[in-house]
Amino acid sequence: MTGPRTLVDKIWDAHLVSQTASGASLIAIDRVFLHERTGASALKSMAAAGRPVRDPARVFAVMDHIVDTRPGRGDQTLMPGGQAFITETREAALAAGITLFDVTDLDQGITHVISPELGIVLPGLTLVAPDSHTCTQGALGALAWGIGSSEAEHAMATGVLRLSRPKTMRVTFTGSLAPHVSAKDMALHLLATHGAGGGAGHAVEFAGPAVAALDMEARMTLCNMATEFAAMTGIIAPDELTFDWLAGRRYAPLQFDGPVWSDLKSDDGARFDREIVIDASSIAPMISWGTSPEHSIAVDAVVPQGPDRAHSYVGLEPGVRLAGTPIDVAFIGSCTNSRLSDLRRAAALVKGRRIAASIKAALVVPGSSAVKRAAEAEGLDQIFRDAGFEWRESGCSLCFYAGGEGFAPGSRTISTTNRNFEGRQGPGIRTHIASPETVAASALAGAIADPRRLS
Amino acid sequence: MTPFTTLTGIAAPLLRDNVDTDAIIPSREMKSTGRTGLADGLFAPWRYSEGRTPNPDFVLNQPDFARAPILLSGTNFGCGSSREHAVWALAEHGIRCVIAESFAPIFAANCIRNGLLPVVMPQEAVRALTGQMVTVDLAGQSVSANGQSWTFAMDAEPKAMLLEGLDAIDLTLKSLPDIDRWTREDRAARPWVYLENNA
Ligand code: SF4
Repeated sequence: MTGPRTLVDKIWDAHLVSQTASGASLIAIDRVFLHERTGASALKSMAAAGRPVRDPARVFAVMDHIVDTRPGRGDQTLMPGGQAFITETREAALAAGITLFDVTDLDQGITHVISPELGIVLPGLTLVAPDSHTCTQGALGALAWGIGSSEAEHAMATGVLRLSRPKTMRVTFTGSLAPHVSAKDMALHLLATHGAGGGAGHAVEFAGPAVAALDMEARMTLCNMATEFAAMTGIIAPDELTFDWLAGRRYAPLQFDGPVWSDLKSDDGARFDREIVIDASSIAPMISWGTSPEHSIAVDAVVPQGPDRAHSYVGLEPGVRLAGTPIDVAFIGSCTNSRLSDLRRAAALVKGRRIAASIKAALVVPGSSAVKRAAEAEGLDQIFRDAGFEWRESGCSLCFYAGGEGFAPGSRTISTTNRNFEGRQGPGIRTHIASPETVAASALAGAIADPRRLS
Repeated sequence: MTPFTTLTGIAAPLLRDNVDTDAIIPSREMKSTGRTGLADGLFAPWRYSEGRTPNPDFVLNQPDFARAPILLSGTNFGCGSSREHAVWALAEHGIRCVIAESFAPIFAANCIRNGLLPVVMPQEAVRALTGQMVTVDLAGQSVSANGQSWTFAMDAEPKAMLLEGLDAIDLTLKSLPDIDRWTREDRAARPWVYLENNA
């Protein structure tokens, strides 16, 4: 390509190995990340076909999905049959010679939390994982996206994927965020206004002053939900903040000097296939009411008319006000909102207060073992415990349900996660997704609450 | 992989938007690290009532549609988790083609790798196929039923992969000399990408 290019196009062009006869591109893959839920099946299937991992030094695996999060954990998990996923992943990783962050490893954590933490993902790299929220890692300026197990095998066996170039979209957030409004609310606002299918076929670059003003962790939260927008991925151009944040991390260079790095941005005049502009100052704390992330509204708004199925599943009629709706469970965790800054923002609201007596369970699950240690070093664990929250080991935990820990059908949870699908947190569970502040305020109130009203 | 050329069969309507992969195959139904034994868990939350008895209202439990090889749906089909198990479960149940208003990208890619055809058609066309005996012709990129016919778009590469039942990895390994050459040059240009093995 000549002329001004987008960041996505630049990374694409830099990884183009060759063109296939039928017009697809062979795109070089710099990093592959596996977890125990889908990783063992990819590695086992490769081994069965007699195909080695081409460059094991660039493939990583971690135990995050079904690993237990209760203190003192080992391989045993509450999920029926779950232990086999852990032991088989361990055996397969060892046999393939890839790097594994095991259950009790100091670096264990959710894939999309530890990959940036360790500097495995870097600006300008391509990274894939058999996990849809791999788009989170686009916040570092990488082209990072989720794939299936067969594609993961393909990437590991060949070092490339066969792809067609995605269309490009830029979502520009102008202005600045109001207090108690965060990246999670930006993502939910985008989904509410442009739909869960709104990004289909596109790689989405998030840009504008309100994005530049986000810290690195908030940028990850924003990119995390690009998959909820049906986008191939989300990406944010790396800036000084990005390079400073990454420099010296275990797998990252010590410094990022030179044109290779500074050119990682969309050129002036680069043309996107689609552009969306959103005024960030118009965004309120958001919360989902229904069974798709696009069913999201301002926390002080009334439930709109949606699909009948969604209303009956969540037990909320059009016209009712969400705020004040009693909740049973509060969960702070997941690859969306489980980093140190998320925990700090929730802890700031919770400090010196108690969660409502009507709450059946309230959990804080740090996104990585490193996040857990850092939070404990500054006493956040004690603040949460004093308020009545459980403080857990790192992992995906209640973000999804695999048959283990769960609640009675009909229970209503408020959760910092990314999906409010029917049954996502267990059969019949009604999930409301929101920011850490909104979840914290709601846990204190025992009902959906507006964090702006708590100060 | 079994090639996909043409397919004729009943089209079962699951006409809702945002059918996600947690609904297609819930995580608790993924009981082993293998790719089989999944059909029983297909659409489990909707297909079964309490005590795992068949829910008579669910489309695949209705006698006309129990063996339907074609599934119809709305926008953003297959959204959510990247789990390829969703495609394996559909295939094991006997679905060879999903016709929807749009697909989530990871799901669509997973279909191609497993010999399932994802067809995008506008809402009226999808509705018109409901309960019909439908013929899908991949080479001609057409869908016909009841004397009516529609065409659909499809990229050349996935079309060829499906028509010939190709294994993508085998195909790509033929380009290994290109990949090796590219990697050698890249290693010199971006040394920080290439890590030492410390496993
Ligand atoms: S925290 Fe939830 S969304 Fe994120 S990787 Fe784990 S299961 Fe998936």
